[in-house]
Amino acid sequence: MYDFNYHKPSSIDEAVALFIDLEDAVYLAGGHTLLPSLKLRLAAPTDVIDLAGIPGLGDIDYAGDDLTIGALTAHDDVATSPVVQSVIPALSALAAGIGDAQVRNRGTIGGSVANSDPAADYPAAVLGLDATLVTNQRSIAVDEFFTGMFETVLEEGELLTAIRFPKPEAAAYVKYPNPASRYATVGVFIARTTKGVRVAITGAAPSVFRATEMEAALNVDFSENALAGISLDADMMNEDLHASAEYRAHLCTVMARRAVAQLS
Amino acid sequence: MSISVSMNVNGKAVTQECPANTTLVDLLREKLQLTGTHVGCDTSQCGACTVHMNGRAIKACTILAAQCEGAEITTIEGLGDANNLHPMQEAFRECHGLQCGFCTPGMIMSAVDLVNREPSLDETIIREGLEGNICRCTGYHNIVRAIETAARKMRN
Repeated sequence: MYDFNYHKPSSIDEAVALFIDLEDAVYLAGGHTLLPSLKLRLAAPTDVIDLAGIPGLGDIDYAGDDLTIGALTAHDDVATSPVVQSVIPALSALAAGIGDAQVRNRGTIGGSVANSDPAADYPAAVLGLDATLVTNQRSIAVDEFFTGMFETVLEEGELLTAIRFPKPEAAAYVKYPNPASRYATVGVFIARTTKGVRVAITGAAPSVFRATEMEAALNVDFSENALAGISLDADMMNEDLHASAEYRAHLCTVMARRAVAQLS
Repeated sequence: MSISVSMNVNGKAVTQECPANTTLVDLLREKLQLTGTHVGCDTSQCGACTVHMNGRAIKACTILAAQCEGAEITTIEGLGDANNLHPMQEAFRECHGLQCGFCTPGMIMSAVDLVNREPSLDETIIREGLEGNICRCTGYHNIVRAIETAARKMRN
C-alpha cells in the first residue's frame, strides 16, 4: 500500500469539499474492498477520506413503509437489526450471509452498493426491492443506478448517504455461494411488490440485472413451474475459474426456483 | 503522511505516531510488540489477525490504525496470561484445539466474540461462526470441541 494523506471529516459537506479540493481522493467506508485494493496497488489515491466521523450515516429508520439504511451501516448491523428483521427479513438474511463474521462487522452496505462488484450480494436486494439511492445531491431510482461492472451513475465525489427500501409484500434471496469467499456465484433476489414481481440476479453477469422474462412469467403464475421453461442466455454471463457461463445461466433458473419455493 | 493515533489497547491508553497507511495489525506487532496477533494471508481471508474492536471481532490486517482512533482494542494478550488463562484459552489447551498454533490467537478471539453474541451454540453455529478463520493444519474438530467446552464455562 502506497502512503496517502488521511482525512476524517465530521460532516457530509466537509467530506465532499475535501474530495473536490484534493488531487486524487477516495472515500473510505468499512474499507473491506478499498484496503485490499490499496494493498494490491490497484488503487493509489493521494488522499483517503474516512467517513466514519460523520454522524448519522449508520442509522436504520422505518417510517411510512420505507426502510432507510444509512450507507455506513455494517452488514452485521443489518443482519441483527430487529427492525430490518421484521420489515424485510430477506434483507437481514442476505446480510447474514455476506463473507464471514469479521467482515460483516466492518463491511458496509453503502460501500458494497457504490462499488457495484458483480458478485456482491447487496446489489441484488437493492435492485430487487426497487430501492432508492440517496446521495449528497439527489435521489436515484435503482433501475438507473447500476451501469456495469464496478460502475454506477454516481458522479466524481458524489457520496451515497443512505438506501431507502420500500417494504415488499414478501421477498427471498437465494445464492449459490463461492465455497471459499461466500461471494455469490449466482444470487437471485425475488420480491413481490404492489407493482408486481421483481427478479434481480447478481454474480451471473458483469453487473446485477433484472430477469424480465422471469418477472413476466411470475406475474402470470407465481410458482416454480412458471420458471421451468426459462433459460437465460449464456452469452451474457460471466465465465471464470469458479463457473462457466453455461453453468451460471443454469444456476440463475435453479436459484430463482428456490427463491420462489421459499415464498410459496 | 505521518499521523498520531490514540486508542486503548488491552486496557492501556496508547498514542503512537505512524504513517497514515499503517494497518492496525502492523501497529500492534511492530510498534507495540504485541506479536500474539498473527499475519497469515494479509488479505482478510485467514483470520489469524483477529482482534476485538469495541467488543467485536475484526481482521486487524484490513483496518487502518487511523480508523481505530478512540477505539478499545483487545488482543490475545489482553484476554489472559500464562498464569490466568481465559476460559477459552484454557479450553483450547484442555481439548488440544490446535496443532501448529499459528491460527490459534485468531480462532480464540473469534470464538470469544461468538460465545458473547450467540445465546445458544451448537456445532453448526460454531462451524459457521468460524468461517472467517482458517486452520491450515485442518484441526477443526478439536477447535469446535474447545469452543463448546469454553461456552459452558463462560456461561456459568
